[in-house]
Amino acid sequence: MEFVLLIFLPIVAALFIPFLFKRMKRIHTGWFVLAVPLVLFLYYATYIPSTMDGGHAISELQWIPSLGISFVSYIDGLSLLFSLLITGIGSLVVLYSIFYLDKNKEKLGNFYVYLLLFMSAMLGVVQSDNVISLYLFWELTSISSFLLIGYWYTRDRSRFGALKSMMITVFGGLMMLGGFVLLGIMGDTYSIRELIASAPDFVGHDYFTLALVLLLLGAFTKSAQFPFYIWLPDAMEAPTPVSAYLHSATMVKAGLYLVARFTPIFAFSEVWVWLVTGIGLLTLFWGSLFAVKQTDLKAILAFSTVSQLGLIMSLLGAGAITFHSDDAVFKFAMFAAIFHLINHATFKGSLFMIAGIVDHETGTRDIRKLGGLMSIMPVSFSVAFIGSMSMAGLPPFNGFLSKEMFLQSMVAIRQFELFQFDTWGILFPVIAWIASVFTFVYSFYFVFRTFAGKRKEGQLPQEPHEAPVGMLVSPIILGVLVVGIFFIPNLVAKWLIKPAVAAIQPNLYSQPGDIDIHVAAWHGFKSVELWLTVGVIIVGALLFISLSKWQKVYGLQPAKFSLNALYDGMMSFSEKGMNRISRFYMTGLIRTYMIYIFAFISVAVLVILFTQDAFVVDMDSFAHIGVYSVINAVILLLAVCFVLLSKTRLAAIIALGAVGYSVALFFVIFKAPDLALTQLVIETVSVALFLLAFKHLPALKDHGETVKTKMTNGIVAIGVGITVTLVALSAHSQKLIPSIAQYYKDTVKTEAGGGNIVNVILVDYRGFDTLFEIAVLSIAGIGVLGMIKLRLGRKENSDENK
Amino acid sequence: MELLMAILIGVLFTAAVYLILSRSLLKVILGTGLLSHGAHLLILTMGGLGGSAPPVLDKEATNFADPLPQALILTAIVISFGVTAFMLVLAYRTYGEHKTDNMNLMRGNDEHD
Repeated sequence: MEFVLLIFLPIVAALFIPFLFKRMKRIHTGWFVLAVPLVLFLYYATYIPSTMDGGHAISELQWIPSLGISFVSYIDGLSLLFSLLITGIGSLVVLYSIFYLDKNKEKLGNFYVYLLLFMSAMLGVVQSDNVISLYLFWELTSISSFLLIGYWYTRDRSRFGALKSMMITVFGGLMMLGGFVLLGIMGDTYSIRELIASAPDFVGHDYFTLALVLLLLGAFTKSAQFPFYIWLPDAMEAPTPVSAYLHSATMVKAGLYLVARFTPIFAFSEVWVWLVTGIGLLTLFWGSLFAVKQTDLKAILAFSTVSQLGLIMSLLGAGAITFHSDDAVFKFAMFAAIFHLINHATFKGSLFMIAGIVDHETGTRDIRKLGGLMSIMPVSFSVAFIGSMSMAGLPPFNGFLSKEMFLQSMVAIRQFELFQFDTWGILFPVIAWIASVFTFVYSFYFVFRTFAGKRKEGQLPQEPHEAPVGMLVSPIILGVLVVGIFFIPNLVAKWLIKPAVAAIQPNLYSQPGDIDIHVAAWHGFKSVELWLTVGVIIVGALLFISLSKWQKVYGLQPAKFSLNALYDGMMSFSEKGMNRISRFYMTGLIRTYMIYIFAFISVAVLVILFTQDAFVVDMDSFAHIGVYSVINAVILLLAVCFVLLSKTRLAAIIALGAVGYSVALFFVIFKAPDLALTQLVIETVSVALFLLAFKHLPALKDHGETVKTKMTNGIVAIGVGITVTLVALSAHSQKLIPSIAQYYKDTVKTEAGGGNIVNVILVDYRGFDTLFEIAVLSIAGIGVLGMIKLRLGRKENSDENK
Repeated sequence: MELLMAILIGVLFTAAVYLILSRSLLKVILGTGLLSHGAHLLILTMGGLGGSAPPVLDKEATNFADPLPQALILTAIVISFGVTAFMLVLAYRTYGEHKTDNMNLMRGNDEHD
C-alpha cells in the first residue's frame, strides 16, 4: 500500500466532520474523530520491528515532477517516533476533548476540522523527504495552530495570540524555505536523503552558513526558542486539549525534529554546534526563570515548555559534537535528547490535561485563588504530582533518567576542545544546573500551590469536585507511562530511541543495534550527575520554601523593556508606517489613480517605442489626403474644442454629438458603410440619452480646480495624446506579419456564402464574439435598470467598527 | 492621410484624458465618449486607410478597404454605447444619492480606505 496517502487520511476525515456534527447531534463528534489517530497509531506501530533493525520504508506520490517536487513519506526511526507521538498523544487528546468540550455549547465542527488538519500537516512534516513539501506541511501546521488558538474568536486575547503565533512562526517558515532553496542549489536536489548523502561537499560552500542560519530561524521560531518564545505563552488562549497537543507535545517539537533531521548535514559547522547548544541552553534558563513568575497555571506550563524545549535543543547541539570528536562521553547527548523528548511529551501532556481539569472543575486557573484541592480531587492530584516530579527530575519517574543524562552531557561538554569550548565550556554545566534548580522550583510551585495548603474559601467561581472518569483517562494513561518508562527505559530505548538516534547520527552508527548506551537509574556515588541532582533538590527546596519572599523580584523588570513590548512596538510601528506610506499615494481620489495609469502608459510606451527602435514612419504607404477629409477633420477639431470649452451642459452635449457625426462621416470617407450607419444610429440615441440624463444632473462647474491641477491634467493628457499618435503611425507603418484580412476576402464566399465581409466576420467567423457582445450589452442594460429601480434601505451606523 | 488622422486621434485622446481627469462627473462621462471615438479611429487608421471600395464582394471591385478593423469597430461602437449608457445612469444615481457631482468629494472616508 502507498502509505504516503495515510498522511492525508485526517484531512479526508475532516471533510465529513461538519456533516457528522450537524446530523449526529446526540453523539459527541469527538468519538468519530478518535478513530483516525487510533487507526494511524496502530498502523505506524507495525513499523517498529523494521526500524528497530535500522530499516526504513519509502512511499512516493508525484506532485510536480518537472520541478522535482513530490510527496515522499520516508519512515525511519526518527520520523516513526514522531509519527507515533503525533497519533498517540493525538488519540489521548481527542479522548480528553470529548469530555472537555461541551457538545451543545461548542462549535465542535470547526474544532475537529482544525485538529485533523493539524494532524495531517504534522505527519507530513515529520515524514516528508522532499523539503518543498515539508515546507508546505510546516506552514499548514502554523495555519492550523492559528485557527485553533483563535478557536474562541470572540475573545480579544485569542485573536491576539493567534496572530502573534502566526506572525512569528510564518516568519520563521519563510526563512526556512530560503534555507531549503539554498540547500537545493548546493545539492541540486530537494530530497533530504540525497542532501545528507552529499553533505560533506557542502562545507565551505558560499551558501552553507546562510542556509544553516535560515534553517535554524525556522526551527527556533517553531520550537519557541529565545527570543522567539513570546508567542507560546499567548498561544495558551487555545482550548486546553490544543495546548496539550500542539503547544507542548507535537507542533513545538517540529523545530526539534528539523534540527535533528538536518544534523547530519549541518553538524560539521562550528556555528551549528554553538547556536543550537547556546540558544537551547539560554532558552532553558530563561524559560525556567520566568515560569516561577507566572500566576496562571497554563502560563507556568507554557514557560516550562519553552524551558524544556530549550533543554532538548541544547542536547541536540551537544549531540552534533560527535561529528567532530570520537570521544565516548559525547555520545549520550543525542540519546538523552530523544529520550527527554518522549518523556516531556508524556509528563507535560498529563500536566496540561490536569491544568484543564482544574480550570474545568473550579472555574479558574489563577494559582493565587487555588489551593487545598488535594482532598477533593485526589486522582488529579496524583497525576499532577507524578508529572511535576518527573518534570523536576526526581526518581522514580522518567524525567529523572533523562535529566541525569542531560547533566552528564553538559558536564561532558567541558572536555570538548574545538571551537573555544575549552574556554567557555564551564558555562554550560553551570547554566544547566541553575536552570534545573528553577525547574525544580516551578514544578513544586505548580503542583503544591494548586493542590496542597489551605483551601481559599469563596475565591473559586464554582464549587470544586473531581473530574468525570472519561476526562481522567488520558492523563492517567500518560501518568502510568511516566512511571512505567522509569522502570523499562532500555526497552523504550530499543524500540524507539535507538532507531531515532541512529537516523540522526549516521556517522556513528550504521544500525540501531550499534548503540551501546544502557540507561540506569543508579550510577554509584562517584557519578557527578548524582551530586548535581542532590544539589538541585536541596537548593530548589530552599528556594521553594522561601518563594513568597523573593517572587516579588520579578516585578522589578519594567514591562516596556520586555520582548513582548518589542513585538507590540514592531507590530504597531509597521502598521502605522505602512499606513502612512500607502496613504501617501493612495489618496482615495479617482483622479490620482487615473493620473498614475495614464502617466505610466505613456511613459512605458514611449520608452519602449524609442529604446526598441519601434518608431517607424513610412511616408510612402500613406493614402492621399482628400478635400472632404480635411474639411471633416476641421469640423471634428472644432467640435472637440467646443466640448472642452463649453460652459453649459447643452452645448457640451451637442458638441459631443457633432464629434460623433463627424466620426461617422470619416467612416463614410474610408469606405465603411456599416460603421457609418451604426455610428449614426448610436450617436443619435446617445445624444438623446445624454439629454435625458443631464436633465437630472447639475450644471457644469469646475469645482475650484486651480491652474496647477489643470496644468497637471493638461500635461498628462498631452503626453497620452502624443503617445497614441506615435503608436498609430508606427502601427500603420510597420506590419510585422501579413494581415489576416486576405483570408477573409478569399473565403467569405466559399466558406460562409456571404458578400458583405464585415457582416460575415461578425455573425459567422466571430459569431461567439458577437454573442458575448450581446451579453455585455444585456448586462449593462440590467445594470441600468437596477440602478434606476433599486432603492436600498438607508441604514445609519451600518459600519460595524463603530 | 494617415498622418492627419494620427494627429486627429492624438487630439481626441488628449481632450478625452483631460476631461476624465477633471473634477466634474459630467466631464468625465464626456471624456469617455471622446475616448471611444478616438479608439475607433485609431483601430481604423492602424489598419490602413487605402482601399477604393467598401469590403463587399462585387464583380468589379478588387481593392477593398480592410474588413477586419471595421468588424472590430462595429463591436466596439455597440459596447461603448452600453458603457456610456451605464455611466450616465451611474452618474444620475450617484448625484441622486450624494447630491454632488464633485469627484473630489466622492472618496471613501478614513475608516474605509
